[in-house]
Amino acid sequence: MLSSYGSSYSYPALAAIVIGSYILFTGDGEYFNVGKFLEETSPYSWAAAGIGLCIGLSVIGAAWGIFVTGSSILGGGVRAPRIRTKNLISIIFCEVVAIYGVIICIVFSSKITSIPTQDLYHPENFYTGYALFWGGLTVGACNLICGVAVGITGSTAALADAADQTLFVKILVVEIFGGVLGLFGLIIGLLVSGKATEFQRH
Amino acid sequence: MEGLFFNVHSGYVEGIVRGYRNSLLTSSNYSNLTQCETLDDLKLQLTPSYGEQLANVASPFTTSTIASKATDKLVQDFRYLRAQATGALAKFMDFLTYSYMIDNVALLITGTLHERDTKDLLERCHPLGVFEGLPALCVASNIEELYSIVLVETPLAPFFKNNLRSADLDELNIEIVRNTLYKSYLEAFHDFCTTDPTLKGTPTAELMSEILGFEADRRAINITLNSFGTDLSKADRKRLYPEIGKLHPEGSLMLSRADDPEAVRLAVEIVGEYRSFFDQSGLGQGPGSALGGTQKSLEDIFYQKEMELAKDTFTHHFTFAVVYAWLKLQEQEIRNITWIAECIAQNQKDRIGNYISVF
Repeated sequence: MLSSYGSSYSYPALAAIVIGSYILFTGDGEYFNVGKFLEETSPYSWAAAGIGLCIGLSVIGAAWGIFVTGSSILGGGVRAPRIRTKNLISIIFCEVVAIYGVIICIVFSSKITSIPTQDLYHPENFYTGYALFWGGLTVGACNLICGVAVGITGSTAALADAADQTLFVKILVVEIFGGVLGLFGLIIGLLVSGKATEFQRH
Repeated sequence: MEGLFFNVHSGYVEGIVRGYRNSLLTSSNYSNLTQCETLDDLKLQLTPSYGEQLANVASPFTTSTIASKATDKLVQDFRYLRAQATGALAKFMDFLTYSYMIDNVALLITGTLHERDTKDLLERCHPLGVFEGLPALCVASNIEELYSIVLVETPLAPFFKNNLRSADLDELNIEIVRNTLYKSYLEAFHDFCTTDPTLKGTPTAELMSEILGFEADRRAINITLNSFGTDLSKADRKRLYPEIGKLHPEGSLMLSRADDPEAVRLAVEIVGEYRSFFDQSGLGQGPGSALGGTQKSLEDIFYQKEMELAKDTFTHHFTFAVVYAWLKLQEQEIRNITWIAECIAQNQKDRIGNYISVF
């Protein structure tokens, strides 16, 4: 396992070293300039990237959870058809994770307004851009992990329910606590973007 | 981490296997079965699980019909799973069938050596171990031909290739051939479970390593116990011990030097759990003590342990080992039903409780 990871990392690392050395030894070292990159990148692109990551990662998490749970419900439901309706609740828990992402994206995208380019590069607008980017990333990552957690627990819940009906509620409690993790991400996302104003002229 | 990707390819199959496991007979079912007075009562009691297979059987039926119908169900379920399986699980399930193939090939070789009727032999083969080239083995007229057919036609070729020459088939006892193949099969299966890139480091590797290790130890102990009083040399015997399991290597070495059950007992004492087996069975405690009558045989204790291992396997999620465990549990169920049916048919009610139930 380790050696295969090693080889998959070594090619990008080699490429980075070659390009880096090329820039350095041909006298273009200043080309690599973090400050300039941050100053010249449009706050719009930060904001849009944040919104995209937020919904994208949330949907990946939800989809992941649904397929993990869904295939187990299908398999378990062959011999114990009674589990199918009850266990839809696990699917809904996974789906909720995507809805968290959608909510945050709606809140975030309301902060994007069209303003002329000369007014865009202003500290307030930079703040909004960064807040949306990192807020979106936080929510997306939380929801991705949450979706996987709910999915795996949901899969266990389905199979446990098929074996013994009384276990369903007990495992559902565990699943609910897993589902709350995504809610934490949602709250923090709202707080991070709370102080950010809309893009505006100054 | 196995939880992330396992269900992509095998979630459905695992769900079904767990469904099969839930429909296995429980101890209350067994106690109902033991109350039956006739085989027809038994059939009625078995209807929930085996109704489909037993429905069309004519009324005066024998225990062998029950056993073969129950086996039919097992085979049907297994084939369905095999059809659903992909990737590593497909290979895993193929490995499961190899052990039956070994038995079938051994059966055919013995039959061919003794010039039995081939049709009769083919009927006695276990259906899970049937493969395309199996009937071809019957047409072989001499050992040399048989050996080359085995190598070409069967999936068992890798087990044959490294361990046996064609001359061996002729001279050796067929049990030795079977055990040599089985050793090589167990090692290959263990190797597959622990080193395959998709299985390495997963619960499958962990569980199968334990189960196959136990199987290997059981075979090593049985080979040793059965070899007493035969002309199998100690060096030859040592070559039959699988090189996996808890007894390997110290225990195997001590086993290879054993001359009587007492020495076997000493050899396996290094593994705590096996020590109690010998205590329970009364083996190796000198003559006389083994004549207790009510004591379980070592074979039964091993089966009991195997069933407990299989039962515990179901506490793990996202693993192929449940397929193996289900197969073993279902097989034991068939043995139990056959035993109970046999006891009812022969009116041996006092021995009817001698089945192994873990649920």
